[in-house]
Formats: sequence, structure tokens, C-alpha cells
Amino acid sequence: MRKIAAALLASLLLGLGVASVAHANSEGIAWDKAPGKVTDLASLRNGAKVFVNYCLNCHSASYMRFNRLKDTGLTDQQIKDNLLFTTDKVGETMKASFDPRQAKDWFGGTPPDLSVIARSRSAEGKGTGADYLYTYLRTFYVDDSKATGWNNLAFPNIAMPHALWELQGKRAAKFETEDVNGTKVQVFRGWEQLTPGTMSPAEYDQTVADLVNYLQWMAEPAQNTRIHLGFAVLAFLLVLTFCAWRLNAAYWKDVK
Amino acid sequence: MAEFKEISPNAPALAKVSNWFENRFPTAFDAYRVHMSEYYAPKNFNFWYVFGSLSLLVLVIQIVTGIFLVMHYKPDAALAFGSIEYIMRDVPWGWLIRYMHSTGASAFFIVVYLHMFRGLLYGSYRKPRELVWVFGCAIFLCLMAEAFMGYLLPWGQMSYWGAQVIVNLFSAIPFVGPDLALLIRGDYVVGDATLNRFFSFHVIAVPLVLLGLVVAHLLALHDVGSNNPDGVEIKGPDAPRDAAGHPLDGVPFHPYYTVHDIFAVSVFLLVFTAVIFFAPEMGGYFLEYNNFIPADPLKTPLHIAPVWYFTPFYSMLRAITSEMMFALIACVVAGAGFGILKSKLPAVFKAAIAGIAVVVIAMMLNIDAKFWGVVVMGGAVVILFFLPWLDRSPVKSIRYRPSWHKYLYGIFVVVFITLAYLGVQPPSKVGERVSQFGTLFYFGFFLLMPWWSRLGQCKPVPSRVTFVAH
Repeated sequence: MRKIAAALLASLLLGLGVASVAHANSEGIAWDKAPGKVTDLASLRNGAKVFVNYCLNCHSASYMRFNRLKDTGLTDQQIKDNLLFTTDKVGETMKASFDPRQAKDWFGGTPPDLSVIARSRSAEGKGTGADYLYTYLRTFYVDDSKATGWNNLAFPNIAMPHALWELQGKRAAKFETEDVNGTKVQVFRGWEQLTPGTMSPAEYDQTVADLVNYLQWMAEPAQNTRIHLGFAVLAFLLVLTFCAWRLNAAYWKDVK
Repeated sequence: MAEFKEISPNAPALAKVSNWFENRFPTAFDAYRVHMSEYYAPKNFNFWYVFGSLSLLVLVIQIVTGIFLVMHYKPDAALAFGSIEYIMRDVPWGWLIRYMHSTGASAFFIVVYLHMFRGLLYGSYRKPRELVWVFGCAIFLCLMAEAFMGYLLPWGQMSYWGAQVIVNLFSAIPFVGPDLALLIRGDYVVGDATLNRFFSFHVIAVPLVLLGLVVAHLLALHDVGSNNPDGVEIKGPDAPRDAAGHPLDGVPFHPYYTVHDIFAVSVFLLVFTAVIFFAPEMGGYFLEYNNFIPADPLKTPLHIAPVWYFTPFYSMLRAITSEMMFALIACVVAGAGFGILKSKLPAVFKAAIAGIAVVVIAMMLNIDAKFWGVVVMGGAVVILFFLPWLDRSPVKSIRYRPSWHKYLYGIFVVVFITLAYLGVQPPSKVGERVSQFGTLFYFGFFLLMPWWSRLGQCKPVPSRVTFVAH
């Protein structure tokens, strides 16, 4: 019976492991691995700075309060002095500085709220939401056929322009037409830097890594506490399990 | 009135307090004896027998965490999604309560599926335990309703579109379908009215029914006594008893199975908390990624799949295509032909079988396959209720059945898991064929059980339970 149970459990786990939840993001290139660690507080602080300066103009993070940034090691005063542009209260949530209706006129849609964006963009087989964002923010290219003048490899035909273009500089993507199973497809064949950015490519990647790291953390600010606490809970339960095991054995030793 | 018991004034204080209460509320003390200290359970339970207690534990976890979630949740289409994030961020320990509840939902189905499979293995639904099984199936049905309506509450994309798809299924029912779907939604699309009524059902109506059924399930079980892996009756007329009349093969539930279950609970909690603290999304299975996008009635997701615990049944729904209808018609013809040619029923009954078959086939040809998909999905759950009367094996437990029965049960499990796997996949031609085969196997397993369960040579059932001292 034990063997059957073990086999069942194994096949169940295997089934879960092999099964893939298909989601959106089926188009676009393969994702790079986001290098950030949500326990790296310096990286989170830098990411928060980039987020407030570049993303918060159009996007909100309306479930995230500014003073939650204290978890990254900042004080209320530091948050007030450096990061509050759209409000003067540190207890406020992060609201975009412009009117969502205007955004709809400009981009054809309201820019999505970014509070939990990193959690929503995961896709089985492609990577985590952070991987997607890390790839996406590094694959913008100039495309004059689009209304904004920008296009993206990870999210083709996106309505959002390249918000970080000053940092990265303008780039063009080189494509080659190839024959794949009888159909002509455009295959990406590398970048061409048109104008230099204020950052070197390595610096830019690091900045995006920090920003994505921040987005990942912001999607669940309690996650570091959660994992930290998890070890304590498991340690307690191991002790409890041992005691329960011995207690059970002590009672059952008399049953013949 | 029960007899008033006097106690010596020199008795310990605790005994006096206990006596005071027993004289005024003897029912509670009787219940403790009947259900705990003097409820004799077979001593040969194996690990399969922990999942009943664990279901009860998860039920309590869901109720307690649910109470705290309701304190902060807003059942309002404009506020629901935000209130969940408020719980996750601003409510002290809200994230833990929420993860316990969301992980608890999946854990509930895991332990209940294992609990039901235990019943299947050891014939725990056989006479005189038919009602225990029927109450259990009703609990399973309630649990499905509870999970389905609870899943709408976070008001994410998957919540919204999952509810939309499932409620639309009801509109496939001829004549009353569209009105029924309207009644369920309270609107022409899933909206605020739907959210409010699902909230009401999820936090009040279904839990009340669920609790009532759990009580009935346990009372009926304790009236007839627990089955065991050998399928031997420990309280039968010929079962050996000690001088006090207690079954020799049984042990009092308390303390023996309480300490046993405490051990099981701590092992369960190790796994449960590992998920809560280290993988609360469980790779998109317990919390689907799309559900972190607020519900948008104008944007249909590319691929809508129910949560994993519904997917075996969802696969069966998708398996019923117009092509598959011919296979089902063939099954009806074969079934009716068999009934008419092989059975020894009077001619009137045979004529009735032929008549019913003709009507059913006419309906199958004229009503859309989508409706029959709904019938099959519902039937897959309803058929479980009839298990006690489908199984005709001379022995209860799988241990003493012919070896090939074990393989058949093994295939059944593989088919069920395969159907679950296919249910989370986007539709594909191969997947469709496999799930059609799986659906036929699932129904064949149950509908042909009266025939196959009698085949083969059973092994001799011992007169006493097999027990190896710990």
C-alpha cells in the first residue's frame, strides 16, 4: 500500500511539474534572467529612485504607500526629501502625476497600475515577472512606423514609449528575413546604437536590474518578512513533529 | 432529567467543577464519551486515515482566516481588488491570513481527494456506510461551490473570466438556461451584483450547509463505526470483544487517534506552512498570475482555465464535442441493447428501456454538444453518490480483491490526473482525444462497476484485522 501511495504522490507531483500554465506573453523573444535580489536593500533604494523619477509620471502604484519604503532602510525624512513629487504626505499611496484620461488620449489606453505588475507577468516556461520586466525594459528600439516612435522585442507593438531612452540612448534593432518552414519571418539580429545614452550599457543594465528588483519587491513588500519567518515556523514545526511522533509512539506501545 | 450525581466534599476541586457541569449539561459529557473517549475505532488504521481529521483542520483554518479576511475585504466591483492588496500590505499580518486562506483552498481539495480515494480503496462506502459516503459526496459538492464562488472575490482577470465561463455553461441548458444564468449572475454579465451574491453565498450560505453536512457525516460515521484497511467489521455480531464488551480490534479514539492525528497534523502543517511561506503562488497553481491583473470586462484573457482542483471535470466538459456525441450515442445504443438482449427483465421494462434510449438519442442529436458537456461534467460528480450501489464486489477492501482490480484503480488514478493536467492546458487536438478517452474511461469505471467488480477470485478475508504492534 505504501508503494502505491508513493507512486501516486510521485505521479501527482510529476503531473504538476510537467503541466504548464499557459498565459499571455506567448509572443516576443525569450526572457533574460533578472539578476536582482529583493534582499539587496541598496538596490531596492536605487530602484525606488528610478521608479519615482521615471515610471510614476504616467503609471501609478496605487496600493503602495511611500512610507513602506522604510522597509528598504530609508527614514520618513529621507523619503520626504528625495522621493515625494506628487504628494507631501509619506503615508500616501503612489499616484501618477497626470490624469489617466489624458493618458488615454495620448497612448490609446490607461497605463496599468504597477503595484503588482511583477507578480502578474510571470509565465510558465518563460520565466518570472521580473525576468519579463528586465527583458522588456532593455529591448526598446526606434521604429518610425509606430505612433510613439518606439517598439519593443519582448512586447511587440506596445503603446508605451521608451521612458528610459535618455539613459540608454536611441537604438535600432537589426532584423533579417528568414525562411522558417516555408513562411518568411523577421528574426532579430542585434542592436545598432544610434545616439549614446547618459549611461554605459553596463550601467544601464544595472539600473534596470535595480528598478525591476524594486518592482518585484513592491509587488509583495512583506516577502522578505515572509521568508524570514518561514524558517522559524518550520523549525518550530520540526520540533513539534518530533514531540508528536514520540507522544504517539508512547501511547501506542501498549496496543497489541 | 438525568440522575443528579453527588460528589464527596473532599474531592479535588477540578472533579467538583466537572461534576457541577455534568449535572447541569450531561449532553456534552455524553457526547465526549460517545464520540471521543468511548468511540472505538479499528486499531489498524494506516496513514490514509489521517485525511479526514486533516479536512476538519483545514475547514477550521478556512473559517477562522475567512472571518478575519471579511473584516477587511470589500465586496464591491470597484474596491474588491484593491481591498485584497490592502490586506496584503496595510493590514498587520494580513498577508499571512490571506495566504493561509488561499493555500487552504488548495489544501482542502488535496486532503479531500485523498480522503475520498481512501474510501474507494477500502470500500468504506459499502453497507452499512452508504449514508456516510453520500454525506461526504454532498460535502464535496458544497466544497466545489464554495471554492468556485470564493475564487471570484479577489476580482482579478481569472476570477472574472472563470466565473463568466462557468456561469455561461448554465445557459446551455435548453429552455431555462439563459434565464438561469441571468438569475445566477444577477446581471447580463458578471458584475457587481454577481460579486455581492457570490460573497454572500461564500461567507454565509454554503459554509452553513457545509458545517451541517460535516456534522451529519461524523454522526453517521460514529453510528455505524469506522471501516478499516481490511474491511473487517470490528463491531459486528461475531467480532471478538473484551469483558467490558469493547471490541478487541478497536481502541478508544481518544487518546489513541488524537495523538495519532496530532502527529499527522504537525506533518501536514510542515508542508502547508512551507507553501505559505516559500511558495504561496505555487508556480501559478494556487494563485494564478493573471489574477494579479484587476478584472477587465473588455479584455478576455487568451487562455482561461479553472484552478487546478476543477480541471479533471473541466477536461470532461471540453471533451464533449459534436464529434464525441456519436461516441456517446454509441454508448447509449450499446447500453440499451445489452439491457434488452441480456437481462431477464419483463417485456414491459425492456420496451421502456428501448423507448428511453430512443428519446435520449433524439435529444442527443438535437441539443447542442455544449449542453451535454455540462451534463457530463455534472454527471462526473453526481455519479460518485451512487458508488455504494455500483460496487458489487464480495469483499470491501482492495487488499482482498483480485490483483487486477489494483491495476484498474491505478489506471483510474492516472486517468484522473491526466484529465487534471489536460484541463490546465490550452485546447489541442491530441489533448482532446486523450481527454475523450479519459472521460469514457471515468464513466466506464463507474457504470460498468456492477459487472467488473464481481469478476475474479477474491482472497480470503481474515476474521480479525491485521495489526503489527508499533
